[in-house]
Amino acid sequence: MSRLSIRHVGKTFPGLRRHAAPTEALRPVNLDIADNDFITVLGPSGCGKSTLLRLVAGLEEPSTGEILLDDAPISGPGADRGVVFQSYTLFPWLTVRQNICFGLREKGMAMAEQRDVADRFIARMGLGGFEDHYPKQLSGGMQQRVAIARALANDPKILLLDEPFGALDNQTRLLMQELLLGIWEAARTTVLFVTHDIDEAIFMANRVVVFSGRPGRIKCEVATDLPHPRHYTIKTSPEFMALKARLTEEIRVEALAAQR
Amino acid sequence: MKLLVPVTRERRIALGVAFFVGFVALWFLLTWSGAVPRHFLASPWQTLQSGWDLFATQGFVYDVGMTIWRVVGGFVLAALIGVPLGIAMGAYKPIEAFFEPFVSFARYLPASAFIPLLILWVGIGEAQKLTVIFIGCFFQLTLMVTMIVSGTRRDLVEAAYTLGCSDRGVVRRVLLPGAAPEIAEALRQVLGLGWTYIIVAELIGASSGIGHMITDSQALMATDHIIAGIVVIGLVGLTSDLLFKKANQRLFAWSFLR
Repeated sequence: MSRLSIRHVGKTFPGLRRHAAPTEALRPVNLDIADNDFITVLGPSGCGKSTLLRLVAGLEEPSTGEILLDDAPISGPGADRGVVFQSYTLFPWLTVRQNICFGLREKGMAMAEQRDVADRFIARMGLGGFEDHYPKQLSGGMQQRVAIARALANDPKILLLDEPFGALDNQTRLLMQELLLGIWEAARTTVLFVTHDIDEAIFMANRVVVFSGRPGRIKCEVATDLPHPRHYTIKTSPEFMALKARLTEEIRVEALAAQR
Repeated sequence: MKLLVPVTRERRIALGVAFFVGFVALWFLLTWSGAVPRHFLASPWQTLQSGWDLFATQGFVYDVGMTIWRVVGGFVLAALIGVPLGIAMGAYKPIEAFFEPFVSFARYLPASAFIPLLILWVGIGEAQKLTVIFIGCFFQLTLMVTMIVSGTRRDLVEAAYTLGCSDRGVVRRVLLPGAAPEIAEALRQVLGLGWTYIIVAELIGASSGIGHMITDSQALMATDHIIAGIVVIGLVGLTSDLLFKKANQRLFAWSFLR
């Protein structure tokens, strides 16, 4: 059974100025995501992959089609879909712990219970000792770890990530990929992860969805049948290299087309 | 001097004090050398003496107290209405569209121009003083708060929605706490604005207050009293400003993190 079903979902933004031509960001796409899937959406920048994620999150309304979560159509954002954004979106007036508890408090969970949940994620995300720090006192990688913890603390049905490691330096980025993959391997939360980084897309996913350039549409889907648990050394394995070569080719064509 | 490099605390205080010392020294030179006649500009020493005299023998404390009460009273009234209205305008665009043009227009009306009208309408009592301060502060404050709340980061609002917040939850848990430090800063600036209006309000039709004392002294050519009054206004304003700043730093420590 598919957890998330994207049916013929397209998005056209009206022109900014009057009489300006509308922009077709996403040509109607179909995508089914099964329970426990880790799907990465790979595509050149401006291909509408973030738009797709925002549609699933309920932050945009589709122009065509519908999105079903557990067979119920979504309308607007909600706690059943956790989102991690590319920009740092921790609430600067709240400490790490308060940020993680944000959604729990909204649900009206008892304080002691909130604390338990927060402590669990603080430990899992390696944030021990920083519970009472404010976001501005944390590095970028740490802020994104808190953001992931905040989204997971709500126990969402699906976790949506929009290039969450895009602003991080390369070393941190690799470590974050391992951390997120480790969490998925342990909990098998359904994940939809948008990125333009090919290595990142292959390393974590069990299926890579390749997007074509503007207007965005799905070009192909590539299953990544690499065994779990995956170690970072897998990135130099022949299987990984073969996938990378194939995806590099697919993306390159799109990037070239987008330049013209 | 390097661009944008902060100075140490000691140096900052020393530099700030140095200007005051230089200013008073120049003032002293102008009066001591006789370059400016005494009845136009009292000397620093004379001003200090008459300042003391004002407080010790002429009950000036009462005037200062009246002035402070008027400023604070008008300011608090303006804040009680202006802050919630500004938040509503910033959060809900139709409300902004409804009020903003008028408030923008009213902001340019100088509060002092209303004094003659207000005297006709509400007399020369306390209501008139409070209304002048209110008019002077309210429109400015409302627009500032509107701007601050409008400037709330969209990504934080979106994050809150995805964490399960309702519209009301977003206002209460994102718009308000996010805007609070800047609103407090706006209040601090508007309180300063209130001080500039109160003297004008007290120059006309008042029987107490610092402004009233200054008008009386003008009739007597007592420049020492006038300057002492001005200095007291400056000192009270500076004190309230510092207190406000300290309170903001304490209440909103997170926004002062670098």
